[in-house]
Amino acid sequence: MSRLSSLFNKKNARVLNVYCTAGFPKLNSTLEVMESLQANGADIIEVGMPYSDPLADGEVIQSSSLVALENGMTLEILFEQLAEMRKTIHVPVILMGYMNPILQYGFERFCAAAKAVGVDGLILPDLPLYEFEHIYGTTIKANELDFIFLVTPETSEERLRKLDALSSGFIYAVSSSATTGKDKDFSKVALYLKRLKAFNLKNPFLVGFGIKDKESFDAVNEYANGAIIGSAYIKALNAGEGINAITKTFLASILK
Amino acid sequence: MQLFNPTVNYQQPNEEGYYGEYGGAYIPEMLYGNVEELKSRYLEIMNDPTFQAAFHALLKDYVGRPTPLFLAERLSKEIGATIYLKREDLCHTGAHKINNTIGQILLAQRLGKTKIIAETGAGQHGVATATVCALKGLECVVYMGEKDIERQAPNVARMKLLGAKVVPATSGSKTLKDATNEAIRAWINEPDTTHYIIGSVVGPHPYPDMVAKFQSVISEETRKQLKEKTGSELPTHVVACVGGGSNAAGAFYHFLNEPTVEIVAVEAAGHGVHSGMSAATTQLGTTGILHGSKSILMQTKDGQVVEPHSISAGLDYPGIGPLHAYLFKSGRGTFMSATDEEALEWASHLSKIEGIIPALETAHAFAVLPKMNLKPTDVVVVCLSGRGDKDLATYMSNIKM
Repeated sequence: MSRLSSLFNKKNARVLNVYCTAGFPKLNSTLEVMESLQANGADIIEVGMPYSDPLADGEVIQSSSLVALENGMTLEILFEQLAEMRKTIHVPVILMGYMNPILQYGFERFCAAAKAVGVDGLILPDLPLYEFEHIYGTTIKANELDFIFLVTPETSEERLRKLDALSSGFIYAVSSSATTGKDKDFSKVALYLKRLKAFNLKNPFLVGFGIKDKESFDAVNEYANGAIIGSAYIKALNAGEGINAITKTFLASILK
Repeated sequence: MQLFNPTVNYQQPNEEGYYGEYGGAYIPEMLYGNVEELKSRYLEIMNDPTFQAAFHALLKDYVGRPTPLFLAERLSKEIGATIYLKREDLCHTGAHKINNTIGQILLAQRLGKTKIIAETGAGQHGVATATVCALKGLECVVYMGEKDIERQAPNVARMKLLGAKVVPATSGSKTLKDATNEAIRAWINEPDTTHYIIGSVVGPHPYPDMVAKFQSVISEETRKQLKEKTGSELPTHVVACVGGGSNAAGAFYHFLNEPTVEIVAVEAAGHGVHSGMSAATTQLGTTGILHGSKSILMQTKDGQVVEPHSISAGLDYPGIGPLHAYLFKSGRGTFMSATDEEALEWASHLSKIEGIIPALETAHAFAVLPKMNLKPTDVVVVCLSGRGDKDLATYMSNIKM
């Protein structure tokens, strides 16, 4: 059983997935950030692979990616940094990123490397359903990686069922059709999540985009199995000093 | 590869938007609804006779079409072949860009959209978009790289005068590619009422096909005009400059399935193809994904998009439309390039021998004529995509007058 499935078997509510950008704030801080997230209560760690032109990301995450790229982060370096991660990281680890850098690295080589270092799943927002089914899905599955599709409030039921059937691990429910890091009206989000819950999907679902504090985390957890926090954590890293101290304070404020 | 459409039809990508291996719609799920709406409706709307009538009426009375096909006698004599200029520079707003924005604004109205967003590099597409929004009374927001806003002040003023809001793109390299990212993001953030008018044959399917079809009026007219002037609809060569490639797609379109017509695309070599300061995408690029489609892309070995260089802001784009990538890969198109210096020389030269001041982008297309080994019997159509007014400042500081 995959690490993600085991996690959701043990814990199916208030699952906290925290996003961090590889190579941010420092080139070699990736593992330190991950260890700190694990130590302070993150159930899943989502590692962003920086790209120069990230369409689905908001300003905060894009600028952290730019810093990471300026720090010299590449996929080659990321896999070196993660090579020994399973000595200290026990929670599921997901890689999130865009297709172009992966294509240059080589898609099969990328999946094999992810599997080798102990990555559990992938979120690739610009890999469409059609291309997943016809080209890339086989390689992903062959490397025993979970693939997490995004769904939005505008996703039709028919499409939702299809994305659910092709996903494994969990489904990433985007709280509204917007890029990351925007403020949301959570009363509307609640209606959407209620509807989503009623579909009884095969996969658990985590809500992302706009989850930034205890209030928003609690709000979505009424319906969802958990939530994903990205921009708010990157902002905290930008604002303070000392990765572990920031992470401790930040996660405590969400989970208190 | 399963995506490949074995029936080669350069005028129509397959159902999923692929020309060979290039194209597709690599977009996040948040854009799926918008793109799917367009994909499922664009052909039906564009083929509707009342839409076509409205489109052609505006092209005639507002844009000033058909644009002339002009026999450039002095240039022909110098080059040693018969050279015709397709005068897109005479379109309203000064370039071919408005053919597409007229088409897309009518389409946006059919889709019930009330707000338009667009990206722009040099500002030509931004001006063409602001113009049609003013014409139709739709709200208009144009995303433009912060650096380009500084470099292209007159066009920023034009857009504002036309009632558009110009939003600086401050992310990444703060140029056209980032303005495109910002526009796509804005579209994600307010999907229902907004239509995104892409300015070139780039972006997710169906944009490359849709923009190519709106621009195809260029070659449609060229065929008729050539027939009147020469007795044959077909030239031996069609030449156009390529950044993203919209004027080229339009100039080539109705000749793509005519194997006797040589298609010549001219990229911007900047300081020289291998100088590190170039925008010659097919020479320097590799297969990649940018702005929602798979194509040829200038990038690092790690897959980060590289900022190109051309003196002409309209050719300063790190990618190329998927149709052009396919023309390159399949060998249907001949890809050449011209440097900044050659473009400047030809802007000056064309002005003096034909009395036409071309846009810097367009000047690149002329620069390859002496290198094409043309014969006296050859009939060449050059797409004169835009006029040079917007480039006067560059001409003043770079050309000895």
